[in-house]
Amino acid sequence: MFKGKFIDNLPKIYGTYTGGFIVFIILMAIAEQAGMSAKLIGIFFVAFTVLIYALIGYLSRTMQTDAYYVAGRQVPTVFNGMATAADWMSGASFVAMAGGIYFKGYGYMALLVGWTGGYVLVASLLAPYLRKFGCYTVPDFIGTRYGGNLARLSAVIVLTVASFTYVTAQINATGTIASVALDIPFEIAVYVGLASILMCSMLGGMRAVTWTQVAQYIVLIIAYLLPVFWISNKMGAGVFPHFMLADEVARIAELEAQFGLGEIKNSAADLKQVPKGLAGITKAHAEVNTTPWKFISLAVCMMAGTASLPHVMMRYFTTPSVKAARRSVGWSLFFIFLLYSSAPMLATLSKLSLMDPNLATGIIGKSISEVQAIDWYQNWNQANLMFVSDFNGNGTLELNEFFMGGKAVVLATPEIAGLPYVISGLVAAGGMAAAMSTADGLVLAISNALSHDIYYKMINPKAETAKRLIVARVLLVLIGFAGATIAALEIQGILGSVIWAFDFAMSGLFFPLVLGVWWKRANAQGAVAGMLGGLIAGSAYLIAVRSGYPGFWGVTQLTFGIVGSLVSLVLMVVVSLMTKAPDAATQRMVDEVRIPSGKAILGKQH
Amino acid sequence: MSFWVMFRLLTYREGKKMSKQQQHWEKTRTLLFITLAIWFVFSIGIFFFGAEMEASSIRPLGYPLSYYMTCQGSLGIFVILIFWFANRQEKIDEEFGYTEREDD
Repeated sequence: MFKGKFIDNLPKIYGTYTGGFIVFIILMAIAEQAGMSAKLIGIFFVAFTVLIYALIGYLSRTMQTDAYYVAGRQVPTVFNGMATAADWMSGASFVAMAGGIYFKGYGYMALLVGWTGGYVLVASLLAPYLRKFGCYTVPDFIGTRYGGNLARLSAVIVLTVASFTYVTAQINATGTIASVALDIPFEIAVYVGLASILMCSMLGGMRAVTWTQVAQYIVLIIAYLLPVFWISNKMGAGVFPHFMLADEVARIAELEAQFGLGEIKNSAADLKQVPKGLAGITKAHAEVNTTPWKFISLAVCMMAGTASLPHVMMRYFTTPSVKAARRSVGWSLFFIFLLYSSAPMLATLSKLSLMDPNLATGIIGKSISEVQAIDWYQNWNQANLMFVSDFNGNGTLELNEFFMGGKAVVLATPEIAGLPYVISGLVAAGGMAAAMSTADGLVLAISNALSHDIYYKMINPKAETAKRLIVARVLLVLIGFAGATIAALEIQGILGSVIWAFDFAMSGLFFPLVLGVWWKRANAQGAVAGMLGGLIAGSAYLIAVRSGYPGFWGVTQLTFGIVGSLVSLVLMVVVSLMTKAPDAATQRMVDEVRIPSGKAILGKQH
Repeated sequence: MSFWVMFRLLTYREGKKMSKQQQHWEKTRTLLFITLAIWFVFSIGIFFFGAEMEASSIRPLGYPLSYYMTCQGSLGIFVILIFWFANRQEKIDEEFGYTEREDD
């Protein structure tokens, strides 16, 4: 069926795969009509997709370093774009973001701008140059550009702190979905999620992760878009929701006024009854409800964080050329745009279907006992993601008496809007794909940095290929387990931890990376001061704010990267200027990096 | 791209004294500044005026302008901006003969 090389057949292979997946969805829909239980459909969806990823992971196994670390540098532009989009869009984007927008409105839409605008920085400031460099990992660039093990080690530290914060959130997300879909306790589901993640990455490293991520992107984008279009059409809101929901947005504002949003405040005693992690609608849906600075500071942190997160940057090391790396950033953002522009539409549809008394699905204004008798309410209430209570004792559900978990906006909306269960199963599979693909990228980024930069470059430079790759795999498993253990503790919500990860990355890595390419005078001492100083300052600010310090400049625990990166910039410039300029060889190396043609700085196998 | 032509005229410098590599870098930097300027406007600049955008009578597809820009407008502009940037950079590389060979 497929003649010739794997790479040449990619469109055919993934075309067949997409077709096969659609057939699978249709089969499940038929099975549902024939009476298959909802639980069984959920299990089929999650198990089937995860097995496919594991199979791809197994087929991509390798014992070569350049295949393991950078997928042999032969991933075509568009496919790398898809893989990056999956790598990038995590449980936070898929499961939590629409929820954040649902509850916080315009204020949280800064995330949409931040998580896309960052790619302009990636394309123009970093990706093509790092690709030219020919490094395997981000610390590999820092270590070679600035020279010295201290710089390399500092980069590994920042990378580990940021990526580890991020990965616990992703394992948490896989756990949540696995526990709902497979109906097992969260503490066990976390390890089921971990096992699936490791199956994809362990045998084939970056090569396996690349080809599973493409497959995961296809699943997650179908799973996100299909319900949005379906609900919109079912509600009669518009055939193409993205262009046609203006009336619905206006209608929500009307209903908010009608139901007295923000006028009725719940007492502290009432709120105590609400399970932890659930929230009510307290902010206007589309109104500008935040100060410009709050919006902008969050967007800035997410943008600079995007340009400093190693698991994203390392995807651009896998393209065949510098030119391809640049274009690939554009494709990545295009594939991300497809989902991100749909998230606010999903939030709008979800909110309206619950709020509008004219719709059959609307619950606000109905009697409490009626709502409590609804099937989906009972299911999600049991999963601790939904709650109603008659605070004012009038027997009717008011807007301020309805509470929901952020995750439920994506996971429960299809069911609330009355779509067949097969769609809920599909959404669960999509959420799993999103969380797994990001977790894979992150775990690989950490273990590659530890195995390549710490073990091979610093501890045992004479290690043979086989030994290096075994060390890499052992580290991969260890890091995965550490992540799962911490995820099981549930310290911070998914969205919160992800935002922290961006702030950590931005604090320690943004300026050392950018100035490494754009400022020849930057030297090792400056870079080390910038990385460690930035990370320490950012973390200190975070801890201070968490323990009650009011903070300054309106910088909150979500935007502490601003403090960290400013400290990093100042330290880096001052220390660099106070110490000796980099030697002529380093300066020549920077000149080389700035030209796309010619040999990479680091060899094919290093 | 009359904007581009104007900018090139304004930033035109006597190029002969510089080496080929310096000229290439000079042009690359100019392109970077333009890209970042456009990026700044649509990621940061316009959001200083959230309230003004909301009150504006410009309502793309019927959405309030502030809502539209955060949901689609800025995002779409970033996608186009990156492809535009990549094209310009490829032209610059070509001009100086720094295009990669296919087998690189």
